[in-house]
Amino acid sequence: MLSIKNLSVATKEKEILKNFSIDINDGEIHAVMGPNGTGKSTLSKVILGSNDYIVTSGDITFNNERLNDLTTDERAKRGIFLSFQEPISIEGVTNSEFLRTAINERRDTPIGLYEFIKELDSATSELEMPDGLLHRAINKGASGGERKKNEILQMKLLKPKFIILDELDSGLDIDSLKIVCENINKYLQENPKTSVLIITHYPRILEYIKPKYVHILLNGQIVKTGGYELATEIEKNGYSKINTMDGKLENE
Amino acid sequence: MEILGIDEEKVKAISNYKEEDDWVLKYRIDSYKKFCNIMMPSFGPYIDIDFDKIIYYKSNDYNKIENNWDNIDNNIACEFRNLGVVNSEKNLDGLGVQYESEVIYHNMIKELEEKKVIFTSIEDAMKKYPQLVKKYFATIVSNEENKFSALNGAVFSGGSFIYIPPNTKLDRPLHSYFRINSKSMGQFERTLIIVDDNSELHYVEGCTATNYSDSSLHAAVVEIYVGKNSKCRYSTVQNWAHNVYNLVTKRALVEENGIMEWIDGNIGSKVTMKYPSCILKGDNAQGTCITISVANNLQQQDTGARMIHLGKNTKSNIISKSIAKNGGNASYRGKVDIKDKALNSEAIVKCDTLILDELSKSDTYPTNICSNNTSNLEHEATVSKISPDKLFYLMSRGITKEKATELIVLGFIEKFREELPLEYAVELNQLLKNNIKIKKVIKLKIVIK
Repeated sequence: MLSIKNLSVATKEKEILKNFSIDINDGEIHAVMGPNGTGKSTLSKVILGSNDYIVTSGDITFNNERLNDLTTDERAKRGIFLSFQEPISIEGVTNSEFLRTAINERRDTPIGLYEFIKELDSATSELEMPDGLLHRAINKGASGGERKKNEILQMKLLKPKFIILDELDSGLDIDSLKIVCENINKYLQENPKTSVLIITHYPRILEYIKPKYVHILLNGQIVKTGGYELATEIEKNGYSKINTMDGKLENE
Repeated sequence: MEILGIDEEKVKAISNYKEEDDWVLKYRIDSYKKFCNIMMPSFGPYIDIDFDKIIYYKSNDYNKIENNWDNIDNNIACEFRNLGVVNSEKNLDGLGVQYESEVIYHNMIKELEEKKVIFTSIEDAMKKYPQLVKKYFATIVSNEENKFSALNGAVFSGGSFIYIPPNTKLDRPLHSYFRINSKSMGQFERTLIIVDDNSELHYVEGCTATNYSDSSLHAAVVEIYVGKNSKCRYSTVQNWAHNVYNLVTKRALVEENGIMEWIDGNIGSKVTMKYPSCILKGDNAQGTCITISVANNLQQQDTGARMIHLGKNTKSNIISKSIAKNGGNASYRGKVDIKDKALNSEAIVKCDTLILDELSKSDTYPTNICSNNTSNLEHEATVSKISPDKLFYLMSRGITKEKATELIVLGFIEKFREELPLEYAVELNQLLKNNIKIKKVIKLKIVIK
């Protein structure tokens, strides 16, 4: 279970998250929605300990272990995975080198080449990705959609317990989005204890991966929580018409 | 015999000991005089060498080049076994090994002997094939070029001589390995490679030295002749100990339609000054130099390449990748000169530097000259740090900061790695990993009672 309590996060310039709290139990799917610039991506990176942000107060715990003092790689090894909004490319580092290193970090003995290639081949074909990925540099010359598929490929191979999907649908065409979401849903069926945090601007993605809870994030705080129907409401009326229970929407 | 310090008598002594012909002795003395008159290089890192304290020549007990490791002193043979040199021979067409001043081992597969390929030490070649050696020796790198090419001319010892007859292609590389084992030892090998018309050679050179606190000197000269329609590739990774001044002059002369490729890695040494050059003499000649330099712990790597375009439609390509760390200085110094008659020529220079910390530095000193208006010269340079975004991305997959840095650095020089023979690339990866290791910061907890 991931639990965030009273988390405040800032950059050198400004405060982004203010007293943010959320609890996500094993096997639950949550969506955090909100307009641009409300701190959604910050949330995803802070959970993984990005150095771009300063945690000024609050705790992040995962399965009762405090994450605040752990490095990014240590958090990842606890089973947290972030599918980036805009995955970068890395010159000269092949997918094979990268993935094998990442997999081996989680094992006592290195994965055999044959076993690795077998796993990779089946994952790439399920994602309908082209062959020859192995020896290509990470995301080199890849389109936005190909990059997103590569994120989910990594997810499948690294087998996380907690998945953050940051704007999964951006850059993906409708056919690719379907394929990617099918893969995620299949993974969740096979690993029912896995939790998901969907961070999204548009409600479309939630039609493919159905959340149990939808939270509205505005100005660094959750202003409203509801079920899937809340997403439908936003689709219809937009964020400005959200009727918040405590009126925090108007506080700035 | 051991020669400590240098004067004319000592130069004569080396020549006498080697029982050389007159023309060689004359060349040595002429070079020595030039060495005395030429100033230290006016550019680049500070060179602090006491020429009186260098051992210029050290013989071994054999006076003979062996082609069987069983005939070589067990301790020395063992050393080369441990370095992996002996075992590498099965992947090669030929292997030569130099220990201190003399070549101790040379062997080549039978087929090459039948094809009249010559692969031996320079001294042996001077005795057996004087006409061939005289035709090319010192014609590509002159002894008045710089102080260290003059010094090499005076005291050269060992190094390879290779002759590839016309219409001959070698399937696998020829390899030479150089090792310095004594304190204050200078190594001055002289390599002459002739790839006659319509032929092809890949030559690989490796070197190491035992580490001492006293400086030692490696001042080699490499001359390569690439005939018409021929191709020569020269791959090397120098991993000298951190007390070695590595001051090397390497040059190739490329005839019509010839191709010369320098694949040049600099990881070791205290100071390296090395700028492999191509003189693109014939029309359509091509030159490439892919070089990497890693400057760690106050090392100074002053490296680059020179491309002189003389013929029409000549092409050159320089790719330089430098990495500086722990106060190291990795600089690019290069020259591209497209002469007025070299019409329709093309030159591309790309220098990238990765600086890993605040203590380290890198400079770029390019000289680019284009003397006609039908040619093209492009120069591109970047300096970067390890990007925090890349680190975060790799670490978010559970890769430690140390390994993530390693991946990014190895990725940075991928262009170089992919040009090396496989066994060599594996060795290079290991070398680099040892070199770029991040020192773990030990956190001390102070408990106040």
